[in-house]
Amino acid sequence: MSETVDSMEAVTAVTEGGYKWGFSTDIDMDMAPVGLNEDIIRLISSKKNEPDWLLEWRLKSYAAWLTMEEPDWAMVHHEKIDYQALHYYAAPKKKTGPKSLDEVDPELLKTYAKLGIPLKEQAYLAGVEPAEGERPQVAVDAVFDSVSVATTFRDTLAKSGVIFCPISEAVHDHPELVRKYLGSVVPASDNYFAALNSAVFTDGSFVFIPKGVRCPMELSTYFRINARNTGQFERTLIVVEDGGYVSYLEGCTAPQRDENQLHAAVVELVAMEDATIKYSTVQNWYPGDADGKGGIYNFVTKRGACRGARSKISWTQVETGSAVTWKYPSCILQGDGAVGEFYSVAVTTNHQQADTGTKMIHIGRNTSSTIISKGISAGRSNNTYRGLVRVLAKAEGARNFTQCDSLLIGDQCGAHTVPYIESRNPTAKLEHEATTSKISDDQLFYCRSRGLSQEDAVGMIVNGFCRDVLKELPMEFAVEAQKLLAISLEGSVG
Amino acid sequence: MSAALKTTALDATAQAFLTRYAGLRARLPGSHDARDAAATRLRASGLPGPREEAWRFTHLRPITEFTFLEPLTPIEDCPRLLARLPEIDAPRLVFVDGRYRPDLSTPPEGIAVRVGGPAGEAVLAGEKLVDLNTMLGEDGAEIVVADGVDAGTLVLASLATDRDARHGAFHPRHAVSLGKGAKLTLIDVALGEGVYLNNSVLAIRVAEHAHLTHLRMQLESIRAFSFATLFADIAEGGEYDSFTLTIGARLSRNEVHANLSGPNAIAHLNAARMLRGQQHGDFTSIIRHIAPNCQSNQTVKTVLDNAARGVFQGKIEVARGAQKTDGYQMNQALLLSHDAEMNSKPQLEIYADDVKCSHGATVGEIDAEQLFYLRSRGVAHEEARAMLIRAFLAEAINGISHEAGRAAMETCLDAWWGADAA
Repeated sequence: MSETVDSMEAVTAVTEGGYKWGFSTDIDMDMAPVGLNEDIIRLISSKKNEPDWLLEWRLKSYAAWLTMEEPDWAMVHHEKIDYQALHYYAAPKKKTGPKSLDEVDPELLKTYAKLGIPLKEQAYLAGVEPAEGERPQVAVDAVFDSVSVATTFRDTLAKSGVIFCPISEAVHDHPELVRKYLGSVVPASDNYFAALNSAVFTDGSFVFIPKGVRCPMELSTYFRINARNTGQFERTLIVVEDGGYVSYLEGCTAPQRDENQLHAAVVELVAMEDATIKYSTVQNWYPGDADGKGGIYNFVTKRGACRGARSKISWTQVETGSAVTWKYPSCILQGDGAVGEFYSVAVTTNHQQADTGTKMIHIGRNTSSTIISKGISAGRSNNTYRGLVRVLAKAEGARNFTQCDSLLIGDQCGAHTVPYIESRNPTAKLEHEATTSKISDDQLFYCRSRGLSQEDAVGMIVNGFCRDVLKELPMEFAVEAQKLLAISLEGSVG
Repeated sequence: MSAALKTTALDATAQAFLTRYAGLRARLPGSHDARDAAATRLRASGLPGPREEAWRFTHLRPITEFTFLEPLTPIEDCPRLLARLPEIDAPRLVFVDGRYRPDLSTPPEGIAVRVGGPAGEAVLAGEKLVDLNTMLGEDGAEIVVADGVDAGTLVLASLATDRDARHGAFHPRHAVSLGKGAKLTLIDVALGEGVYLNNSVLAIRVAEHAHLTHLRMQLESIRAFSFATLFADIAEGGEYDSFTLTIGARLSRNEVHANLSGPNAIAHLNAARMLRGQQHGDFTSIIRHIAPNCQSNQTVKTVLDNAARGVFQGKIEVARGAQKTDGYQMNQALLLSHDAEMNSKPQLEIYADDVKCSHGATVGEIDAEQLFYLRSRGVAHEEARAMLIRAFLAEAINGISHEAGRAAMETCLDAWWGADAA
């Protein structure tokens, strides 16, 4: 533990309080040649030994992508991405026999230790039995670049009927499930980045919770982007049958790289009758340096379908990383009485740009949605909330409450709010409110007069500003998120 | 496929306007440079289409159903239309089918008015409907109030006549300029009969510490198309206080660009709208806080019945350095029918940190509890409903300080209800 902490401090010192997780791991990589064409897609598919239907699906997605144009409506500016200059497949080289825990590359385990994957998890990875009465367990599916290297707790989960494995495995072991649900929430031709992802996705997580099962532990994936010039295209699919429940955590950190790296993930959630999915994200990818050089381009499509009556999907996100973020976790509220939630904290500093929000599409009767978004901009960054609440004609009694608050720190940043509110049903009640303000001098003075330093005071006020969202996070994440907020804003307060 | 078709129809309409310009060019007053430049832009980019973000909720397709010609020289005195003008004891400037009618007007004293051509300097070049106006505009009033003058009230009326199958399109271009410390209440009324297209542009300059109250009543024909683009620049300590009532037109768009360019400037862009049948009403505003210490306030209320569609797009921009900005925006819609539809897009774009900006938006039906309260006190259902709708609108209308203007607005509301009951 202390060693981990020490090394983190060392890294922090080197990067002058910058990106704490900027290190890279030297292990053998198995890489596809640079560029994108049908052959690359065939190569990815054959590397993963995929069935024909999946290859066809990829090729169809690729064909759709070729006809599409990169969207430009988001309030972000970046250099044009050269899609032919990326590697679309990079996997750590495996020696023999995949998936056995013993064979996990020790380099990888070290990487995760640095990332702060809970030490207990590492103990599990090393095969240590848990002590009696410990806190609730967390199962981790770690994604190292494009391939899921190890999935813990699978046996425990299997006993309750829960499937939690890399999606590449699910394609082989549960083809009927994957085939039924893959692309059913985010169709391949949904948008430019979703089409690209559908064509070249390499791995991701698959979760299936059968009828009436409450997943006995929180499931977790850590994403890392490691190799130079690799795009990361994960595909996550979570299906919860009638009455099931799962809480899924996604955490991301990436090593420091000079060039901009592309990340275009797709996450699909399906909740059937009375099912609940809670999806929490802490995103802390490399945001680029203080001058805006480098950093991750994060163009993600996340969408959940509340298909069954009284189903519920809840998105919680804490976004502190990436140079450019383009992300709108959405809920399609089809089932009567379905509930959608979106809780978001987005922090941008230096030259970061975030354009993020949600879409709530009310289709079923008595559907309700809640949106709480907290944007914090500092430095020379721009932070945009963009959201859509749409009530279709048959959504009797639909209900939405939206609150978007922005906090500005410094006079060189920008905070923007772009909500769309569309109602076609008179019985629907929609409320939206947005505020923009700075940290009040009174609050600061109060904290300072009680002996807090300027930075601690700001940290405390910011945490208070975000409280409504942070309290939605699972315990472990909430602690990490609070630290992240404080670290992200270090040096931005003068 | 359908999107492509719509675009094609719009292109044909744009082309028809360009052809009309080629024919009329020699007869149009004033310099042709601005007209030619606008024509070049229109030729290149056409009319606003559904794929443009600013036009995502309002489609111009219905105008492609008609061929619009330049209006004939008005001959009649249009007593029916004149009778519908609000009873306000004030001088008035009357335009019929886009042309000034001295015989129907009573020009004001103490205000310089010039007519006979498009008024004021170029504003909002590149906005497509403004370009259309620039290209084809024939007439307009330039109203100038000198420094320190309190010019009282002036009515600016636009009447449109029904010429049966000949559908007129007119593009009035007005300008209002208030000198330092000047004051004016402008009551701006548009009404008409039949099918026509009224595409007006109004440029407003409010100099230091001047105060313009602008009451706008859009009572156009239920079959007409009404596009009004307004640009206002408010200098230090100036105030632009506007209220827009929208009742008429089959398809209308009211677009306001207000620049708070000097410190301590104030803008109020309030509005009330009642739409029914197949009406489509769009209120779009862009308020730019350019200087520090400015204030903007906006309350927009919309009542939609039958299959009416309401659009509200309100953007508040706060420029870098516009510290101590106070921006408030509230937009509420009441849907009275299952076929009605409301689309709102309130928007904040903020580049200064010491600001107080907020917006709120609600969409819903009449509150069942309030209705129950009134019913339990013996008020008949329809009456209770009307009462609550009136109360909903009152919040916006009560803010009008000009008494005659407010009374005129209320008369319009009553007329709307009367038509409803009939």
